[in-house]
Amino acid sequence: MSHALLDVRGLSRRFGGLQAVRDLSFSVDEREIVALIGPNGAGKTTVFSLLSGFLAPDSGDMRLGGRSIVGRKPHEVCALGVARTFQIVRPFPKLTVLENVLIGALVRHPRRRDAEAHARAVLDEVGLAAKAAQPAGTLTLSERKRLELSRALATEPRLLLLDEVMAGLNTTEVERTLELVRAINARGIAVLLIEHVMRAVMSLASRIVVLNYGERIAEGRPDEIANDRRVIEAYLGEPDVDAAVP
Amino acid sequence: MKWAGALAVLGLLALPLTLSSYALTIFIFIFFYAFLGQAWNIVGGYAGQLSAGHAAFVGIGGYTAAMLSIEHGVTPWIGMFAGAVLAGALGALIGYLGFRFGLRGFYFVLLTVAFAEVCRILVSNIDAVGGALGLYITFTGNPRHFQFQDQRAYYYIALALMLLATGIAALIERRRFGIYLRAIREDEMAAEAAGVDAFRYKMFAMIVSSSLTGLGGTFYAFYLFSLQPNTVFGIPLSVEIIIRPIIGGTGTLVGPILGSFILTPLGELSRHYLGQSGLHGAHLVAYGLLLIAVVLFLPNGAYPWLRARFRR
Ligand SMILES: Nc1ncnc2c1ncn2[C@@H]1O[C@H](COP(=O)(O)OP(=O)(O)OP(=O)(O)O)[C@@H](O)[C@H]1O
Ligand SMILES: [Mg+2]
Repeated sequence: MSHALLDVRGLSRRFGGLQAVRDLSFSVDEREIVALIGPNGAGKTTVFSLLSGFLAPDSGDMRLGGRSIVGRKPHEVCALGVARTFQIVRPFPKLTVLENVLIGALVRHPRRRDAEAHARAVLDEVGLAAKAAQPAGTLTLSERKRLELSRALATEPRLLLLDEVMAGLNTTEVERTLELVRAINARGIAVLLIEHVMRAVMSLASRIVVLNYGERIAEGRPDEIANDRRVIEAYLGEPDVDAAVP
Repeated sequence: MKWAGALAVLGLLALPLTLSSYALTIFIFIFFYAFLGQAWNIVGGYAGQLSAGHAAFVGIGGYTAAMLSIEHGVTPWIGMFAGAVLAGALGALIGYLGFRFGLRGFYFVLLTVAFAEVCRILVSNIDAVGGALGLYITFTGNPRHFQFQDQRAYYYIALALMLLATGIAALIERRRFGIYLRAIREDEMAAEAAGVDAFRYKMFAMIVSSSLTGLGGTFYAFYLFSLQPNTVFGIPLSVEIIIRPIIGGTGTLVGPILGSFILTPLGELSRHYLGQSGLHGAHLVAYGLLLIAVVLFLPNGAYPWLRARFRR
């Protein structure tokens, strides 16, 4: 029997009286790009925090390549091959751009020299090589977003969790990030992405999982999701309908 | 930078040839406090975990070596390592309590202060270790007893301690360990997401720092010939340890040393001159003012500021 790369079953998490994620199931196959969408506060980032070990689920199972990762600490999940970015970027502001990425690279390359070579290769790929020696605190928002992605990528994950890496970028920058994600995926890395930029979701994802109030309300190919009544209704409750509805 | 460091060390090696005994004393304190600051810097500077109870490790190290020497005739040259091990073990315990339960910032500060206070009160009430009066060491001048007729021996030992702590910090700084500590200081959550086992590295940093500090306790005891719980476990000593790296620049190799070269003579001179005119505690006022100035104008400390100036 072949396993999905990531298999989530019956995942739930509550914050006090708020059920942020409710009985959620979905999977991501090897080399696949899956999008997780839903209105603000739907529980998308909470799912990432559960997957990456920052939050413990109240119930449910999460399996990576068939092995449960429930109860794993963040650094263990990272070592197992799941890397996340943060929606609100978290660079190490006083460390240089290279050092930021080096931290990620050290996971697979304990020797600093090897890790540095790998970090430089990643910076080349994402187009930040020219900024390598600069403190990360001096980067623009769009550069910080790319740095966030670079640091996760440098850990050489099997599955990359991208939390709104395109939010706040202009059209050219979004285009660039789209290409970057495609290139990363083409190297065999599966991607689970949270995104409000629908053009990005529609052109990248082979499948979309839609969350509303912590529950999965739809799942399917982009064209199926675009015409799903429940999805459209969920988004109509939102003030930024225009941006959200494909 | 390397050459400047090597030259400075050569200069310091030759310096005692020309110094008066009073100046020698001041240098001994400069080195010793730079050593303590550097040891603290590993956990407080690089890793950003603000221990405010490091005096306790000086006390534990000093008491261990002194008790072993007084009661069992064990030479402090061995006792100092026993003191370092015990201080390291207690550092591990405090680190475990703080890091396992996720105490950050202010709460970690309080935990470490409370730890030092508990040590102080315990030791003050155990008569077997001298109680509130503390321990006194009789002067023999015998090097086997870590005592020397010639002040210069203490000068070289204090210098060696400072270089030892700086060497260890330099080794840590260049390795994976060092860059992980800086990442943890900057953003622990992001570090963990990037695969850093923050708990483990904070524990390492605490153990290295506390055992080094414990090693210095022996020097303290056998240079001053006495240990009083109120002094050696007290908050003022913890402040003395922390303030030099803060003034000089935390998380840098030069910071604690530069801080000690600025503050120790200042403290000594103001204690000496202002104390004579009845202004006791004036050095603390001087520290306070200097600290305010540094926080306001050089928030990263003196060394990073100087470095930035010279680059320009
Ligand atoms: N640590 C927490 N403690 C309490 N409540 C939380 C916590 N984290 C998230 N929540 C709440 O859980 C719900 C889901 O939040 P989450 O951040 O997962 O939403 P999201 O789908 O990522 O939203 P957005 O699109 O705005 O990023 C929200 O109502 C949020 O306020
Ligand atoms: Mg979110």
